[in-house]
Amino acid sequence: MTQDLQLQVQSISCERGGRWLFEDVSFTVQAGQALYVQGNNGSGKTTMLRMLCGLTPCIKGDIEWRGQSISKNKNLLNVDLLYWGHSLVFKDELTPLENLQMDMAVTGSEVESAQVQLALNHQGLINKHHLAMKFLSQGQKRRVALARLQLSRTRLWILDEPFVALDQHSIDSLRSLFAAHLAKGGLLIFTSHQPIELDVELKHFRFGL
Amino acid sequence: MKAFVAIVMRDLRLAMRNKTEVLTGLIFFVVVASLFPLAIGPEPQTLRLIGPGILWVGALLSSMLSLTRIFDSDYRDGTLEQMVLSPQPLWLLVSAKIVAHWLLSGLPLVILSPVLGLQFDLSSQAVGILTLTLLLGTPVLSSLGAIGAALTLGVRGGGVLIALLVLPLFVPVLIFGAGAVEALESGLGAQAHISILMALLLPSVFFSPWASSVALKIALE
Amino acid sequence: MNQGWFYYAAPQTFYGLAGKLWPWFALLASLLAIAGFWIGFMVAPTDAQQGEAYRIIFLHVPVSWMSMIIYLAMAFWSVLGLTLNTRLSAMMTRALAPTGAMFAFLSLWTGALWGKPMWGAWWVWDARLTSELILFFLYLGYIALTSAIDDTRRADRAGALIAIVGVINVPIIYFSVKWWNTLHQGASVSLTRAPSMAQLMLWGMLLMALAFWLYTFALVFYRVRTIILERERHTDWVNALPEAKGSTNS
Repeated sequence: MTQDLQLQVQSISCERGGRWLFEDVSFTVQAGQALYVQGNNGSGKTTMLRMLCGLTPCIKGDIEWRGQSISKNKNLLNVDLLYWGHSLVFKDELTPLENLQMDMAVTGSEVESAQVQLALNHQGLINKHHLAMKFLSQGQKRRVALARLQLSRTRLWILDEPFVALDQHSIDSLRSLFAAHLAKGGLLIFTSHQPIELDVELKHFRFGL
Repeated sequence: MKAFVAIVMRDLRLAMRNKTEVLTGLIFFVVVASLFPLAIGPEPQTLRLIGPGILWVGALLSSMLSLTRIFDSDYRDGTLEQMVLSPQPLWLLVSAKIVAHWLLSGLPLVILSPVLGLQFDLSSQAVGILTLTLLLGTPVLSSLGAIGAALTLGVRGGGVLIALLVLPLFVPVLIFGAGAVEALESGLGAQAHISILMALLLPSVFFSPWASSVALKIALE
Repeated sequence: MNQGWFYYAAPQTFYGLAGKLWPWFALLASLLAIAGFWIGFMVAPTDAQQGEAYRIIFLHVPVSWMSMIIYLAMAFWSVLGLTLNTRLSAMMTRALAPTGAMFAFLSLWTGALWGKPMWGAWWVWDARLTSELILFFLYLGYIALTSAIDDTRRADRAGALIAIVGVINVPIIYFSVKWWNTLHQGASVSLTRAPSMAQLMLWGMLLMALAFWLYTFALVFYRVRTIILERERHTDWVNALPEAKGSTNS
């Protein structure tokens, strides 16, 4: 069951504005593995992650999820994917509870309201469930994003700079979320320009400096 | 289906918490409709003649204004990307956005039009036909407009650009919508116009979510 | 999807091909245009009803045809570009657009020039002229959209989509405008009711149409070469060209 959970990247390249951001990149991520992508800003990390999500098409090379090319079968990837890019995927006018329930509905997860509240509590947002997001601090908003990760049952997490603007407590919380996800056989790909230590072994990918 | 309802409810809820955007469109409609008698003169016979056309163009312009918003805030806060990445079919989620947009920007115009029809001294029959044509035509505007909005996501000069892209496509609906009342008044009856409006409505409602999805994926590459 | 060779070979080989062909097209176009003008303005007889002014249709009809054919061509290349993901398709569409817009504009002008002596008005809301006006707007929309988007690839694909949506709508727009026109004005004012033409006049128009077609090929091929050079300026083959070596930038 988990054997076929594999992201295989073959010789992908990306050109932006006339120059090559990266060329002929290949790697494989298996179930239970984490890939830590490093590089300076503008080196192409975000673009590559977006390619892995299928948002940006790969002109050369191929990306396979569960043995099938994602350009041929996008939905196969979407079912298993959680992507957290640079923006917080939340509406300021809605409450954390409403935002998370909306996210669940869009991704088709069957998660009960009680579980959502539990996740919010776990991330330290105990009395904030019904407060519009615009009244929360930056750190609190990011904790709602952590709750989203906690509630997710998808196998492949692709996260772009998840550690940004987190306090130490939240960093620890995120690291334990990572550990739990990997222990269940999930796959993780993330970037960070801060050096990050996890308890599990990390594969590394470094963009040229 | 659950996702569809959730998106519609979310957009409605967002609009309720921030009413200004929706109200601006409505007020614009009223102002534009009032400008024409001021410019042309209050002669009732003239007004009765040009009223339907003016109300149609006013509805058109008001909807144009609101079209930039259909995907814009979702694009900026990343929610749109999540819809594209969702396992649910994108056209379904996009049609939810279009429905919500029509409920917030099109339907209010339809409801307001009888009141404005009074300003132009239209007969009650004429007002009825006018309202019906707007009811059939405003969803087409939301649908076609969504394609334009999707293509111009985040582009400078978006609002005017959407208008340039979408208004030519909307000409048939304008012709038959505004023409229906005149047909009624001239004794020909508006049935043909209404039927053609429905014939225009159905394909655009079915075609647009898919075309908009393609446009959104292009915009998010 | 690995389309490596498919994706790259086309612009380079087309560059050479277009380079060889366009001067010939230009030459043929000029010859045919001269022949067409000669027939249209010298040889063809004066029309009994419309006098000399009708001669403008030698230009009006062919430019109208071209404006429509070019839009169809744009839609064709757009479909190709979106489905097969070939870069040359988008370049062709972009190269065609300004010429198509020009023909649409000329069609409106020549229509007005014909309308004034015929019907006494510079502009009549004739079904064909009005549809032509909307076609002109569609061209402008494509050009505005592709100019407004900075990212080339996104601009290409967005333009392709709007071209396809436009082409689907053109028959609908034409039909509705025709309906609207007959309803409001009756068939009395109609530029589509051209005078019944002698064989010679038809020949003249065909020659002009062919001349315009070849002119379009010449101009579009020339323009596409410029677009190719600009887009491929970082590739080896472009920098090896004699044209590139002479210039001072890299």
